[in-house]
Amino acid sequence: MPETKPVLMQGNEACALGAINAGVRFYAGYPITPSTEVAEQMAARLPEIGGVFIQMEDEIASMAAVIGASIGGMRTLTATSGPGFSLKQENLGYAIMAEIPCVVVNVQRMGPSTGVPTAPAQGDVMQARWGTHGDHPIIVFTPASVYESYYLTIAAVNLSQKLRQPVIVLLDEVIGHMREKVTIPEGKLMVEKSSDKVPSDWKPYDEKGLTPLVPFGFGHYYHVTGLFHDQYGFPTGDPPQVERALDRLHNKLEKYRDEIVLTNYIGHKEPRVAIVTYGCTVRSARAVVKKAYWQNRLPVGLLSLQTVWPFPAKEIEALAKQADVIIVPEMNMGQLVGEVERYARGEAKVVPLNRYDGEMISPDQISEEVGRWL
Amino acid sequence: MGNRQEILLTGAGGQGLILASIVMAAAAVDDNKNVVQTQSYGPEARGGASMSGVILDVDTIEYPKVTKPTVLLCMNQASFNKYLPKVGPDCIIIVDSTFVSGSYGEEYKVQSFPITSSAKEVLGKEVVANMLALGVLNAASGLIDREIFRESIFKFAPRGSGELNQKAFDLGYSLYEKGAGQKNGVSAQTPQ
Amino acid sequence: MEQLTQDFLRTKKLPHIWCPGCGNGIVTAALVRAIERTGFDQKDVVIVSGIGCSSRAAGYLNFNTLHTTHGRALAFATGLKMARPELKLFVIMGDGDCSAIGGNHFIHSARRNIDLNAIIVNNHIYGMTGGQHSPLTPTGKKATTAPRGTLEPSFDLLELAKGAGATFGAKGNAAQPRQLEQLIIRAANHKGFSVVEALSPCPIAYGRRNKLGGAVDMLRDMKEKSISVEKAANLDEAELKDRTVNGVLYAIDAPEFAESYYHSIGKEIG
Repeated sequence: MPETKPVLMQGNEACALGAINAGVRFYAGYPITPSTEVAEQMAARLPEIGGVFIQMEDEIASMAAVIGASIGGMRTLTATSGPGFSLKQENLGYAIMAEIPCVVVNVQRMGPSTGVPTAPAQGDVMQARWGTHGDHPIIVFTPASVYESYYLTIAAVNLSQKLRQPVIVLLDEVIGHMREKVTIPEGKLMVEKSSDKVPSDWKPYDEKGLTPLVPFGFGHYYHVTGLFHDQYGFPTGDPPQVERALDRLHNKLEKYRDEIVLTNYIGHKEPRVAIVTYGCTVRSARAVVKKAYWQNRLPVGLLSLQTVWPFPAKEIEALAKQADVIIVPEMNMGQLVGEVERYARGEAKVVPLNRYDGEMISPDQISEEVGRWL
Repeated sequence: MGNRQEILLTGAGGQGLILASIVMAAAAVDDNKNVVQTQSYGPEARGGASMSGVILDVDTIEYPKVTKPTVLLCMNQASFNKYLPKVGPDCIIIVDSTFVSGSYGEEYKVQSFPITSSAKEVLGKEVVANMLALGVLNAASGLIDREIFRESIFKFAPRGSGELNQKAFDLGYSLYEKGAGQKNGVSAQTPQ
Repeated sequence: MEQLTQDFLRTKKLPHIWCPGCGNGIVTAALVRAIERTGFDQKDVVIVSGIGCSSRAAGYLNFNTLHTTHGRALAFATGLKMARPELKLFVIMGDGDCSAIGGNHFIHSARRNIDLNAIIVNNHIYGMTGGQHSPLTPTGKKATTAPRGTLEPSFDLLELAKGAGATFGAKGNAAQPRQLEQLIIRAANHKGFSVVEALSPCPIAYGRRNKLGGAVDMLRDMKEKSISVEKAANLDEAELKDRTVNGVLYAIDAPEFAESYYHSIGKEIG
């Protein structure tokens, strides 16, 4: 595969480029720091390639417009931050329920509320999981570099299409705003086509399993609603049907779990102390493991999570059997650490390491905590 | 992390330091270095404090923030007062004498150049002070190949102003060479 | 009355959920007849709706149907129209849905002058939740959340839309379904943001509490108060007090948003 020259690129810009290379041709959004560069990139590029960019009147409308365009058959994306992500929750739930593919980027900033708009944080991890009401499934990716911002956005678009499931790309201010050297592969078609062929007995919500979304305007007069619905999309309140419909939403993620859950381990094979983290904090942790293990051969390892939801339970279970201590650094007051503890099942001691002053967790901080347990 | 170089560009919003850091980082990419560029964001584009960092390394760069600058540029008094105490004795410190004066400990390697005033007086354009500063900085540190840096400046300059910006960069080099006799403990000049 | 085109109805989904005496069925029937008269291809027709009694109409109509969230129908419709500008979109909303929770989307759809046909079924009340006051409840009228009568002034929806940039505004009612049908046809053929406000009786949640009689009384009252735009033009303000002016109130030529967008990127809508 030919590769282009390395270039300097910003995380938000890489996200926009990834979206375009994955076939996204519709963007609706509303300006908010620190995600605005995604919108600006899309505003510049989409019209050049026949796509649609629209700045909506608010965040709620942006989410709605994206869903509307997806029903029209376009690949869609919207980007926001903290307060805007809160506003998007209503229609995000709609997209989950109605099984409309779309990608929502949330460049996390320091909250709650307006918080510190320009400071980084990882405080939206649980909101990304449970922000919209009801017992819903969700996929959330957490890039740790500009390149990951690019390829996880591509993965998000493709998975979203395949599973007819909204996917969240949970960036943070550090990764969104930093620029670094990246090499974007050239000439490779990043778009994975979901099935174009529509079987004659096509049902929008076939009980047998995944079916492609047939856009409006092709003679299939089905119904789309946020109400619980039957396999043709029509509202139902029948308890067995309601239960089956909710199972359907969760089962599709379980079935494709191994395609969705992405993690990476570096370090000692049988670590005494393991670090589990995600997003920009991975970078600090990797600096620590490089020094502790690669240079000093200490029994230290790092499990970095590119996917935080569905939670990588299996991976944590396995790690807890190896490690004595699992340190979970997060730029919040302790969110994912609860999940780690749950799946460590008492096999390893789980230690939170938190920072919530609007600054990154430094390698020194992690190193100190690791030293305490070695 | 012995190869890690941390460059901190500080001053006021509107002096073009964020752009300078991006131009420098892009030049570093062209010079086959690993590079990360970050900046402190405030709501204001003009007038507030501006701080951007560039990290260069032959290894992969993990932690993206500047912690121990090896090169510090201060384009105004506030940034000089704020960042000087945060650097070590080996840090190369470049200050713009147009805006910065005052005394400091002899342990610091401060080198002072009339950056903004030269941009204004010699080139007639104060806005290219940022590129001039890059010239001084690169001459003092030798971090990036000079020709590659010049090309990067041309690429980032607004249409029609590539040569002017390159001239500013070159003027930075000559300012540095003229003042090269001045070593550690050079007194910052008072503004005119 | 002639039979409705069965192709455009999901007869298996009937009977509908609406109460006896509700005007939603009359408005929906007028919409279906209007669509038939426009000659639009069935596969190009999209019914988008919000949340509320009237918005359930989408489920009974055999087109591409999109039943959205409360107040957001126009925002969904905007995304769909921009993605597929050749489609014909009818957006059914109730008065609370459109003018309260959806007020922002309503004025901005008007401002863009995007080619959507907004049909607002105005029964002056939140029916589905049992009779709370809406921005279109007349001052003084009672609701469960205004037991002593609402103190709030109400919107003039069509003036609001016009001020925001809508290029077509018409008013009709469930008591004069033929006229309503004609108004919807004109709205559908108008390029730009079209608003049709259809007054509709809610005898259960609004009429009863305000002692307006049953459905027949409410329809009769609606018809008696109605006066055409043409006739109203010759009357002064005093004579028009308590009358409802019906018909096309404005139809203006102005650039349509989806067309302008596609033109700006060098594409024409096919």
